[in-house]
Amino acid sequence: MLAEAWHAMGANRLRTVLTMLGMMIGVAAVIMMLAIGRGAQFMVDQSIASMGSNLFIVLSGSAMAGGVRLGSGATPTLTTGDADAIAELPTIAAVAPVAPGAAQLVTGGANWNTMVTGTTPAYLDVRDWGVAAGAAFTEADVRSQTRVALLGRTVVQNLFGDDDPVGKTIRIKGSPFTVIGVLAAKGQSLDGRDQDDTVLIPVTTAQRKVFGSQFPGSVRFIMVQAVAAAAMPAAETEMAELLRQRHHLPERTENDFDIRNLTALANAAAQTAHVMSIMLGAIASVSLLVGGIGIMNIMLVSVTERTREIGIRIAIGARQRDILMQFLLEAIIISLAGCIVGVVIGVVVAVAANLLANVAVVITGVAILLAFSVAAAVGVFFGFYPANKAARLKPIEALRYQ
Amino acid sequence: MTDEPLIRIEHLCKQYETEAGPVPVLGDVNLVVLRSEFVAIMGPSGSGKSTFMNIVGCLDLPTSGRYFLDGRDVGTLDSDQLARLRNTVIGFVFQGFNLLPRATLVENVALPLVYAGVGRDVRERRARDLLARVGLAAYARYAPSQISGGQQQRVAIARAMIGEPKLILADEPTGNLDMKTSHEIMDVFSQLNADGITIVIVTHEPDIAGYAKRLVRFVDGRITHDGAVTRAAVAGVEA
Repeated sequence: MLAEAWHAMGANRLRTVLTMLGMMIGVAAVIMMLAIGRGAQFMVDQSIASMGSNLFIVLSGSAMAGGVRLGSGATPTLTTGDADAIAELPTIAAVAPVAPGAAQLVTGGANWNTMVTGTTPAYLDVRDWGVAAGAAFTEADVRSQTRVALLGRTVVQNLFGDDDPVGKTIRIKGSPFTVIGVLAAKGQSLDGRDQDDTVLIPVTTAQRKVFGSQFPGSVRFIMVQAVAAAAMPAAETEMAELLRQRHHLPERTENDFDIRNLTALANAAAQTAHVMSIMLGAIASVSLLVGGIGIMNIMLVSVTERTREIGIRIAIGARQRDILMQFLLEAIIISLAGCIVGVVIGVVVAVAANLLANVAVVITGVAILLAFSVAAAVGVFFGFYPANKAARLKPIEALRYQ
Repeated sequence: MTDEPLIRIEHLCKQYETEAGPVPVLGDVNLVVLRSEFVAIMGPSGSGKSTFMNIVGCLDLPTSGRYFLDGRDVGTLDSDQLARLRNTVIGFVFQGFNLLPRATLVENVALPLVYAGVGRDVRERRARDLLARVGLAAYARYAPSQISGGQQQRVAIARAMIGEPKLILADEPTGNLDMKTSHEIMDVFSQLNADGITIVIVTHEPDIAGYAKRLVRFVDGRITHDGAVTRAAVAGVEA
């Protein structure tokens, strides 16, 4: 039977190849689009994982200064005290007040400008961030305003190159700090910032010894991690109530702080990437459908052309299912062969796009398996009608056909 | 079982449904063909002899009446059983040879065995044996287009023979051949008949009909002569 199908396909090589071409392009398109869609999704997922999970960011609110409304964070209404109070809430797992600022770092021969983040040890938990070398600072360091620093990977590279920075001294805005550890590499954030270009120091040290402030204890924002995704709405309400109470805000006035749900934002981004990947796949599937219709078209022509042959076969004892299988097999072989070449083309193009245009691609076995099964299904589906038509030919009419 | 005639046809009628209404082609045909007979069927075109052959060959079903082939009531069989009957009991030889143009001669001869589920090696060996019997052993790997019409008809006979049928149906097997080749082909049929195979042949040509031992003449869908192959019968003169 296989040899028969091979024979028939070989008899009209150009037509067979052209039919396969439709299938090839369809499968290649699906493989490529899935690879690119998955690539985008993978990038987003990675960024989200690097941010930490179940996160809120609490920002200082806007302020009115002589009728002019200033933006979020304009007035330093949040303090480390607020952070400590939020940490007491049952729905909250970890809280890290953040007092950041840009500063020039100087070491022996090198210097570098970066974001210096004053915070507490909980920051590492909230951001799900590890220490690659040395150790993190402790609550004791925060209480005693120690001059210790945790360096991000990018900062280490710019100040120390390949040397081990742990135990060395750097100057931040002129004050000497001891490097006690190096943060694990984290990569880009969702908006493309280099998250490793940072230095962490105790929040109290930042407030009193590096940046100074006319409002003692104030922080720019507070990062808050809820105990679970399900607890996030409750946590948001509780935090808002707590902060209004602590800030002595009368009823019907605006909050002087902003609570933003970062996880919701990240999920929206992930959702977008997911929808995009489905859409790309759906668009590519259309070409697969067109390829399938091409197969049906050619098989119909082939059945008509070979009507007499079918008549002969029936006369000498072929059953209906023999004829059906013969044409079905041909359609399946065409679509599977087209699929194999299509997978190769799709993978090659996807890899080339990755290497030449730096497009993120993820080629999964599932995608390839999917392409194969869809191709086989297309072969059966679009091959069945012509094959069935052939099998149901009346022998005397088929034999009389010229 | 062997006492049962190979072909027994009782009150067979066939009409085709057309837009203008039913058109009767065969009306009340009764015929019994015993084993090892050699029957020639003659008649003017439109007399229903081709339709009759199609029904005998299980390619078409009668509108009414009964047809027993080799003891089986054909009217009660499903399409798979009919296919099996065509494959094992009947061998067809057509006017236009009807070989598959893309297959080699040996593949053409072996084709019925594909549908009988016989393995490739056995198929090939038996096909070669039969090609040798019809004098074409040297042409096994040729395509049908590379040999003459007479040779193609020999291949077709070999194909009809490969299932070891009890009945060979030949529809104007010499219609496309010259006189000399026609007689060579008819000699092959005579030989097969001498080996015990029943042969039913449709022909226009009186001297081809002369090879048969019994003549059936159709006119307007009815049998008008059934008997010896006489000069008068062949010429169509009513006895």
